[in-house]
Amino acid sequence: MTVDADELRGIVRGFLAANDPRGMDRLDFLRARFDAGLAWVHFPAGLGGLGAARELQPLVDAAFAEAGAPDNRPHLNSIGLGMAAPTILRFGNDEQRRRYLRPLWTGEEIWCQLFSEPGAGSDLASLATRAVRDEAGVGSEAEWVVDGQKVWTSLAHRARWAILVARSDPDQPKHQGLTYFICDMTAPGVEVRPLRQITGEAEFNEVFLTGVRIPDSQRLGEIGQGWQVALGTLMNERVAIGGRAPAREGGLIGIAAEAWREHPEKRTHGLHNRLLRLWVDAEATRLTSLRLRQQLAAGDPGPEGSAVKIAFAELNQAITGFELEFLGEPGLAYDDWTFHQPEFTDFAKRGPGFRYLRAKGNSIEGGTTEILRNIIAERVLGLPPESRTDKDRPWKELPR
Amino acid sequence: MSAPDLLYSEVEEDLRANVRRLLRDRCDWTAVLARCETDEPYDLALWRTLAGELGLASLLVSEELGGAGASTRELSVVAEEIGRSVAPVPFLSNLLTTATLVACADEPRVRELLPQFIDGSRLGTVAVGLTTVPYSAFPQSVKAEGTALSGSVSAVVDLEVADYVVVPAVDADGAALYLVDASVSGVSRSATTPLDLTRRFGTITLDRAVGERIASGADAERILRQALVTTAGLLAAEQVGLAQKCLDVTVEYAKTRYQFGRQIGSFQAIKHRLADLWAGVSSARAVARNAADTLARGDDETELAVAIAQAYCSDLVVLAAEEHLQLHGGIGMTWEHPAHLYLGRAKSSQLAFGIADHHRQRIGELADLPMP
Ligand SMILES: Cc1cc2nc3c(=O)[nH]c(=O)nc-3n(C[C@H](O)[C@H](O)[C@H](O)COP(=O)(O)OP(=O)(O)OC[C@H]3O[C@@H](n4cnc5c(N)ncnc54)[C@H](O)[C@@H]3O)c2cc1C
Repeated sequence: MTVDADELRGIVRGFLAANDPRGMDRLDFLRARFDAGLAWVHFPAGLGGLGAARELQPLVDAAFAEAGAPDNRPHLNSIGLGMAAPTILRFGNDEQRRRYLRPLWTGEEIWCQLFSEPGAGSDLASLATRAVRDEAGVGSEAEWVVDGQKVWTSLAHRARWAILVARSDPDQPKHQGLTYFICDMTAPGVEVRPLRQITGEAEFNEVFLTGVRIPDSQRLGEIGQGWQVALGTLMNERVAIGGRAPAREGGLIGIAAEAWREHPEKRTHGLHNRLLRLWVDAEATRLTSLRLRQQLAAGDPGPEGSAVKIAFAELNQAITGFELEFLGEPGLAYDDWTFHQPEFTDFAKRGPGFRYLRAKGNSIEGGTTEILRNIIAERVLGLPPESRTDKDRPWKELPR
Repeated sequence: MSAPDLLYSEVEEDLRANVRRLLRDRCDWTAVLARCETDEPYDLALWRTLAGELGLASLLVSEELGGAGASTRELSVVAEEIGRSVAPVPFLSNLLTTATLVACADEPRVRELLPQFIDGSRLGTVAVGLTTVPYSAFPQSVKAEGTALSGSVSAVVDLEVADYVVVPAVDADGAALYLVDASVSGVSRSATTPLDLTRRFGTITLDRAVGERIASGADAERILRQALVTTAGLLAAEQVGLAQKCLDVTVEYAKTRYQFGRQIGSFQAIKHRLADLWAGVSSARAVARNAADTLARGDDETELAVAIAQAYCSDLVVLAAEEHLQLHGGIGMTWEHPAHLYLGRAKSSQLAFGIADHHRQRIGELADLPMP
């Protein structure tokens, strides 16, 4: 028997009666909420959930918000919550799930994603970071020694842990020689250097891995199964990026609409036409993502989420461009070029110039728009793949 | 405003399966094409089966009035299937007529006639031009003196097969709706040659033709506007059905047509266009479902939901039909191929009940995004 909405409301009420959010330490409260299965209700009991339907989560979050309870500040750990957690749940063993999921959810441990490399972006499976198994290890446990360079790693400067894909067997064709790890970002040999972005700040970093030793107990999935695990992560990434279902005018369109209302003197017919088109597209994308969520209520995200991610990227870029043109002179100014390393990206709190520049990354991060179109064409529509020469040859023989 | 249910229920999927089966057997595109240049461009036998046996015409009618007491949610599924098969049946006029008559069911004459509309033995239409924007002012082109109606209305959908016409007219009390038997003296009809070979329309001219008043004043205005809004919302579903069909057929073709020694669907230029079209159809489905669900709940977001659905779907269906033609190459330009049936239906449905721009203007008013 799964838990239904009414039972869930009752469980939340009972929990709040026993744990007064106002009289408790924030972290103690969050840990207790996790232990009560009210963190992500669709996860299994004992791992922060109750095995309930995924779509009941908003109900629980709303009940906690109403009671004035602290949340887990999800915007500070988006990679952890959106990508690492579902991957650990699906591919991790019991020990790993118990070790990582709780502090991940409470926000005590921030996560980052060590996938992209200078030579491997869209073609992630061609990555070159090496993982060599060392049977001796420490005590009876084998270890892996990892060497390579990762790049564009968002939040590496804040992260305690990373999900990492590395090449464990260069003699295999590229998709078969990969293994997936959980990497300790505080381990010796991990070096993080900020990379300044077109916005002036550094959200992402370069990460150099030099002789980093990872215990075999931090391997996720089988040796050589890294690509399958990574694909699971990437599907969740696209849902995490594109699948948010805000209220009407909840996204960047809301900012543009507000500007329109505040400045009657700047309106023109041409801009009105553009704004209305963008508004309709924003609403269509919002409803599409809501429908996707309703379809997804049971089961894991599939390739369909890619379309919503493409749409959000195109919309955000069109809306933020519109905003500058509508504003006129204020659109020429920039709020702050100071170099710093933010905790998260906040479109709403920054100026229109920042929004315009940052939105350009939306069609690159998490899979470029071109790659996502390939995915829809091949995996949703079943169209034939490109003719390829790289698939069945050993990785080490591929041109780079 | 509660969250809309954008999925299809099991009952709705069953209904879809039944309608699709019937249309597959009786309304193959070759049959549609063969029929459109004959003396019987409408397949009224098919309509009677759809209306009578499958009960489509009764979905919007309450059980108390002898109908099925379903809602726009079920009806929108039917609309998708009709769009998918470009069925030459008087579906749009039936939507308009039922939506109007159900709201006038206190009138004894309407109550008496409704069962015949439900079983498909009688057909009706509403005398408004097919391009009428639902949010526009009450039409003024027909005047009533006593019960005698005079004036003319062009682009009345399915006019040539209608037994009864609901005529919006202006009389001594202001706006009114009259029910007119199309066979009485003073009624003349002329058909227009349509761009859409599967959906016809014509001009009705009334010269002191006798009608019976079934609504007046503010009621008449409200009823007509609501009927137009409901029909425009369901037309969005019809457009989704047709767009999906165009996409499905084109994807199939891209997998089987070889050029340069490979399937044309393996070229990225083609894959990306089809991926975009798939995304567009997915969004069209979401906004059309939202309109059908909002109409069924009848809350105060109805006009906004319909305007969004029409603003999105009416352009998308044209894109789908145009991509279908382009990606078929030369064969798509031939009369012997269904591309032109889809294109004609798509393009004319884009014009029906206001182009996307009209709906965006209405959205500007409703969402507080005023004009300069
Ligand atoms: C803001 C931001 C944050 C990021 N955060 C992270 C992170 O935290 N962790 C992480 O691992 N990565 C991160 N990335 C990296 C991101 O995933 C890659 O940039 C992306 O996958 C593209 O790879 P690339 O930059 O090497 O471009 P390339 O793959 O070299 O692409 C260059 C161009 O070629 C096109 N192209 C490539 N292959 C094809 C093809 N088969 N068909 C058609 N076109 C093609 C691309 O679409 C693109 O336009 C981040 C990127 C950004 C912008």
